[in-house]
Amino acid sequence: MTVQETPAHIQLGMTDAEYTDVTDLLGREPRPAELAMYSVMWSEHCSYKSSRIHLGRFNSNQPWVVVGPGENAGVVDLGDGWLAALRIESHNHPSFVEPHQGAATGVGGILRDIFTMGARPIGVWDAIRFGPLEETRNRYLLEGVVSGIAGYGNAVGVPTLGGEVEFADRFSKNPLVNVMALGILRQDQLVLSAASGEGNLAILLGNATGKDGIGGASILASASFEEGDEEKRPSVQVGDPFEEKKLIEACLELYDKGLVVAIQDLGAAGISCATSETAGNGGMGMDVDIDAVHLREPGMTPGEILMSESQERMLAIVQPDNVDEVLSIASRWEIDASTIGNVTAGPALRVYSQGTLVAEVPAASLADDAPKYDRPSLRPGYLDEVWGQEPQIPEDLDAAHVLGRLLDDPAIGDRSWISSQYDHMLFLNTVVEPGHDGSLLRIKGTAKGMAVSTDGDSLRTYLDPRRGAARIVFESALNVAVTGARPYALVDNLNFGNPENPEVMWQLIEAIEGMAWACEEIDVPVVGGNVSLYNQTDGTDIYPAPVVGMLGFCDPMPDQPPRLDRAEDGMSIWVIGQEPNGDFAASAYDRIINASLGGRPLDVDGDMARRVIAATATLAYEMPVLHDISSGGLAVALAEIAFKSGVGFTLDELPHRDLFDETPLRVIAVGPGHSLDTLVPHRRIGTFTGDVLDFSTAGSISLDDARTIWSNALPNRMH
Amino acid sequence: MTTAVIVFPGTNCEQDTEYALNMVGLDAELVWHRDTDLSGADSVVLPGGFAHGDYLRTGAIARFSPIMKEVERLAATDVPVLGICNGFQVLCEAGILGGALVANQDLKFICKPVTVRVASTDSVLTAAATVGQVLRIPLNSYEGNYITQDSPLQNGDDHVILRYCDTDGSLTAAANPNGSAHAIAGIANSRGNVAGLMPHPERAIESILGSADGRVLFESFAASVSAVKA
Repeated sequence: MTVQETPAHIQLGMTDAEYTDVTDLLGREPRPAELAMYSVMWSEHCSYKSSRIHLGRFNSNQPWVVVGPGENAGVVDLGDGWLAALRIESHNHPSFVEPHQGAATGVGGILRDIFTMGARPIGVWDAIRFGPLEETRNRYLLEGVVSGIAGYGNAVGVPTLGGEVEFADRFSKNPLVNVMALGILRQDQLVLSAASGEGNLAILLGNATGKDGIGGASILASASFEEGDEEKRPSVQVGDPFEEKKLIEACLELYDKGLVVAIQDLGAAGISCATSETAGNGGMGMDVDIDAVHLREPGMTPGEILMSESQERMLAIVQPDNVDEVLSIASRWEIDASTIGNVTAGPALRVYSQGTLVAEVPAASLADDAPKYDRPSLRPGYLDEVWGQEPQIPEDLDAAHVLGRLLDDPAIGDRSWISSQYDHMLFLNTVVEPGHDGSLLRIKGTAKGMAVSTDGDSLRTYLDPRRGAARIVFESALNVAVTGARPYALVDNLNFGNPENPEVMWQLIEAIEGMAWACEEIDVPVVGGNVSLYNQTDGTDIYPAPVVGMLGFCDPMPDQPPRLDRAEDGMSIWVIGQEPNGDFAASAYDRIINASLGGRPLDVDGDMARRVIAATATLAYEMPVLHDISSGGLAVALAEIAFKSGVGFTLDELPHRDLFDETPLRVIAVGPGHSLDTLVPHRRIGTFTGDVLDFSTAGSISLDDARTIWSNALPNRMH
Repeated sequence: MTTAVIVFPGTNCEQDTEYALNMVGLDAELVWHRDTDLSGADSVVLPGGFAHGDYLRTGAIARFSPIMKEVERLAATDVPVLGICNGFQVLCEAGILGGALVANQDLKFICKPVTVRVASTDSVLTAAATVGQVLRIPLNSYEGNYITQDSPLQNGDDHVILRYCDTDGSLTAAANPNGSAHAIAGIANSRGNVAGLMPHPERAIESILGSADGRVLFESFAASVSAVKA
């Protein structure tokens, strides 16, 4: 009996048909190093082959967009020569295999995307999803991911300014770790990735190349998980924030002195991706001498060197005259640098090892000729079933009891167990810190402010991908509007299951449609995104979990932006926006009190969304407190204000169900006086006073008791 | 003459510190750790961050950086020297201040505003404050837990200048965020010209950032610089 060996391309995660494409393209069998390059560059993670044809639905056309999707980060114009760069990325699979390093390298990778554009990274936001904390392994994953983000972000010197967290059963074996980063730069510092100038040199900066992370993009990020996948641990990269900090400072100095023609970070697929992208984007070619790469260990094959995903590396394209100065700046910042190639007229990317040609491929083919799949989609059978399970909400409620249970939920309770582990103050820009709807940053020396919110809602998206995804966009818009910012640009991270499952493809396509529509309704350009598929373990797909990162912008920023801790005794409470309309599908009430998930989320009126968001941003210039009503409804939102401000409230008599209704486009406004000047529907519902949360006929609970429950929800589960 | 702000690879609060120094009228100059001359400096600040990645132990590598010989030389004169957070750790590791900073009691990084009470005004950092004054200043550290063999650290070479306290100034166990001995948040040497603290006063320099209570500490420092010059 002979043992049939698995073909090399299958081991590298490539299908037979894709292998045939490569042989057709090259006109011959690929060399080992070439096969390695195509396998990674054509992986789902790098090529977006299952989603690409649908991503064109997103609109990035607005006059303030400087760089749209396709570069390392989106860039928008903030006026007076200021630009902002933003990007979101996922590090889902690595974080499951090794949570600390998986999350840490996710932070490192997204920061490189930002400073590749010439921007100084000034903030990071994390959207993370886990299985229920009752399971030991999920606690281990949360603990590890948070320590990884803290360990890397704090040490690299970029504040972590917020994020969101969700817990649901289907993330138990497939946690989601999405990281968004924001940078700012002056207009003349913008750098792009396209190489130009035949004879210019390619200089590899930063960490030595080792055997870590080989195949991370293809083997880890583009495949489903099965039992025993801990063996994939060597595919996880290892991060060194100290090296990255030096690399950031060195690169910013290179830009400042105008010493680079183009630059590209090394992420998924390492050198093969960076060289082919920078050459391909510029319509050029490149000759690469693989022996010149500074290595961490001897004996690496050319394929391994090309595929290694060792962290903290950048590839700069430099004119020959400037090479000495670049090397001297690198040396001053104590980072390694080696000249590994030169730009050619192209179109070939040629890689040499020991004087032998080990790869010769059309540079652009690695990115441009990647397969694009129009995968079949099918409306999922579960929809009719869940829509029939309308949430059961009694008319008479004991609000104290219900609120207590909601506040004890780890996704609703105080999240400062997480945010206090993150440096969220560095750079002295943080005006509104994590723990609010959106964080607000000032730009020192100007009157400008930037607000950011990351949002996702996998359960609602599961019940209706189109409506659920649209609502995330509107919620994130409101979360920045409460600071006074108007929604200005969005990045999205599409986390879905196995795209070879037609029902998953349907979820993806519907969610894209919902998000794209919502963005158009409020004139927000989509300036970048990331797609993470194959989030499936042992045959179970995750809940569809699109996540958005919204950048808001205000100029001038309010002198005293609304905060949750500014309510005072005697201030009135209004609710502005929509009337509650019995929206309990995927509500906290149904999830926690009924332990059920069903019904269909309400549709959103685009015109109302536009009006409420604009009115909210306007009110931010006069109201002490504005707070979006979301998970847990009015009762939870009011309680959060009470906890932060240290004052209770008394509500007028309301239908009990309205306290926990999650109808979107509603904002609490708190301020002095008895009338509110705004053009959208609004109603005064009570007063902040005393030390009791008084829900009229629905009951009451003492402020201290409620706050104790809220404060302990997460720490109690983690200890 | 300028205030030298020492930058090690991995330092990350140098620009924030420069911003705060400028606000109290001091000229700051960023000085790279490989430099060996501080003759142009009338004062020195070692800012926060992760010098040399905090690898091995906080400050353990930084104390051997070339610039530290100059810092030691100036610390032995009347020149005001201040270490903030990682800078405090470096000063302790270098033996310029006593004691050491180890991992927080609950082994978690802590970033949050804390309140500290001024214990002594005999230092370049607290000269313009009043004893008992309560200041709200952010803490941002993993190794912020101060330990010392000198107990209770009042009459020895160094003295306590800041202690963690409640918002009303009481020293309670709950108000000590990281387990520091005697609730110590900051100390100074016997002559008061060298001071170190774990909280970040530069992060409490303007009310828009949540607190301007750090300002009195920077004003003390600026006044001390002028006093030495005069």
